[in-house]
Amino acid sequence: MDFTFSEDHAMFRDSVRGLLERECTPERVRTLWQPSDSPGSRVLWGKLAELGIFGMMAPENAGGLAMNEVDLVLPLIETGRAAFPGPVVECAAVAVPALRDLGDEALQELWLAGVASGDTILGFAHAANNLVADADVVDALLVGQGSELHLFPSDQLSLTHQPANDPGRRLFKVDVSSGSADTRIAGGQAASSLIADALDRGAFGTAAQLVGVAQQLVDIAVTYATQREQFGKPIGSFQAIKHALATVQVKIEFAKPLLYRAANSLATRADTRSADVSQAKAGAGEAATAAAKTSLQVHGAIGYTWECDLQIWMKRAWSLDLAWGSAAFHRGRVADAIIDGSSPARSFGFEAR
Amino acid sequence: MELSFSPQLQAFRAEARTWLDANVPDPALPSLDTAEGFALHRGWERKLNEGRWAMVPWPVEYGGRGANLIEWLVFEEEYYRAGAPLRVNQNGIFLLGPTLMEYGTPEQKARFLPKMASGEEIWAQGWSEPNAGSDMAAIRSTARREGDFFVLNGQKTWASRGAFADWLFGIFRTDPDSERHRGLTFILIPLDAPGVNVRPIAQLDGETGFAEVFFDEAKVHVENQLGDEGGGWKVAMATAGFERGLMLRSPARFQATAARLVELYREVGDSADPALRDAVGRAWTSAEAYCLNTYQTASRLIAGGSIGSEASLNKIFWSEMDVHMHETALSLLGARSQLLPHAPEAGNVGSWLDGFLFSLAGPIYAGTNEIQRNVIAERLLGLPR
Repeated sequence: MDFTFSEDHAMFRDSVRGLLERECTPERVRTLWQPSDSPGSRVLWGKLAELGIFGMMAPENAGGLAMNEVDLVLPLIETGRAAFPGPVVECAAVAVPALRDLGDEALQELWLAGVASGDTILGFAHAANNLVADADVVDALLVGQGSELHLFPSDQLSLTHQPANDPGRRLFKVDVSSGSADTRIAGGQAASSLIADALDRGAFGTAAQLVGVAQQLVDIAVTYATQREQFGKPIGSFQAIKHALATVQVKIEFAKPLLYRAANSLATRADTRSADVSQAKAGAGEAATAAAKTSLQVHGAIGYTWECDLQIWMKRAWSLDLAWGSAAFHRGRVADAIIDGSSPARSFGFEAR
Repeated sequence: MELSFSPQLQAFRAEARTWLDANVPDPALPSLDTAEGFALHRGWERKLNEGRWAMVPWPVEYGGRGANLIEWLVFEEEYYRAGAPLRVNQNGIFLLGPTLMEYGTPEQKARFLPKMASGEEIWAQGWSEPNAGSDMAAIRSTARREGDFFVLNGQKTWASRGAFADWLFGIFRTDPDSERHRGLTFILIPLDAPGVNVRPIAQLDGETGFAEVFFDEAKVHVENQLGDEGGGWKVAMATAGFERGLMLRSPARFQATAARLVELYREVGDSADPALRDAVGRAWTSAEAYCLNTYQTASRLIAGGSIGSEASLNKIFWSEMDVHMHETALSLLGARSQLLPHAPEAGNVGSWLDGFLFSLAGPIYAGTNEIQRNVIAERLLGLPR
């Protein structure tokens, strides 16, 4: 029993954080809101790829590091903290392990080697999401359709942009009517299992980003409340502000251990992984949406402007809370598991008599 | 990261389970806030100590097992699984015990720890005064040095377990010219000493879980001073840290409540009210989060880390979770939830009302949650004072 991360994990997190603080600034994020700047997003993606994030879960023979969700969770939190644009979760945490588990070496050679280097971006379309985020930047999209899994190279995709609230996470209706035996990569039980795993992994990765988003929302509110003065003192010295931010920090701190346990349950393929992931996603979503509301209130009117960078994270909190199953969906899954036994769920350590 | 229990931990768990299953009293003991219940709980402490299960994390030389924090958590999981009694000497075991080990002289450790372990001496805590609650540094009770004795005057209040306990620990102003947190001394006081007058206070549930304690020229030998004269604030902060930190509320307590809540929902839940189903799910998830967070902290401490202001996060989380769980149970029970345990129609549901009333104290004692939020805002987030 050792519920800690290794020094290597901490060092890797620090290097990801350092890179993103330098490269993924709010100014940069705003320029990438323009769809025309897709080369710019490729450059930023490539820098993150150099650290080895995208191939972490790929097998070694496909240029990957054969790592797992426990290794990936801290870097994913950092991508949330930086509001890093693009399908990081769908690529690194969903599509890559799906192709790994499918075990087709020809497909792995074709698609995974380029993922590790950052040259190839993969996405994953799942029924839980209806619309597909960042579909315009992928080179190929894995699509769970009923009980089949398809892989569409981008030139076979027909996308319709659906303008939405978060300018950093573009949504698309994807027409997959061109699906055929050529695009089908799995069917039957194998596909159903891959698609179910995709939901757990997508929800897990999104929960990680939400934790990063939530902490960033608190941190920028703390910075603002320390500088902004009213009644002759920083507003952060008033208990009304302190208590609101402390309340959110409690939510964040107790979302993290749920997230880390979910990472471990996925990595070890524990039979409780779906229930564990749902607890993490619901907890992280609630922490992030509470952080958004509180950060806006602390910022006051300035936070309500387009110019204020608060919106970068606030809108990300909202959009990620809805991605890969809303908090309500995941709380429902938890209740079904613990009350009706719809999927395995157990207390950590404690066993009821 | 390794989240499975080693064969050694599993063996330790099995040993604890076997002993508890054979020894936990059935039926459950009456409330420890009654004279009869207090005596029976004292007897349970003695029995625990005979099995060397009273002070699991303490060093072997003081009657413990030298268990690390993970082992302690495993023991607590089995303790709550077995439905074992509340710990009447919680103030001693989890608060004063660790403080004595850190600040006590060898003589003090030898004098107090074994009797604490055996339940022979049950401890009350004496922090608050009528005008020193959240503002604890406003303490006015005095200890005047006369030869080898302190002469105590003043009043403590809300002394948990004070109505029936044998000893009390608290801080007193030894320097009459001092202010705030300076000039205070941590003193251990036998409650049967002349000049000490205990007046029990009935709580919200009508039982006497705490008391006022009056000191009128009460004499206590200076050997009962813990830590330096004038250094009582530092010692008290260490004690309060243990209280808010890992040991006051073990996760298994809430996981047991969550499991009972799921059972209750299965019995009486109405599928037409999805809000209650949702609340049960939240309760379960909160208990898991608290447990996992505790294992994380325990792992960090075992690896040489320390616990500081994060303890305030814990205290807010478990106390609010406890209230939420009990509110959910009462909502599930509807009108029946207001029945006291001995009402003929109460059946076995009366314990939820007891638990609800007790949970409402959580956000108040051990430092109100408002004080904890100040600590988080100033020391963890860095907001200006």
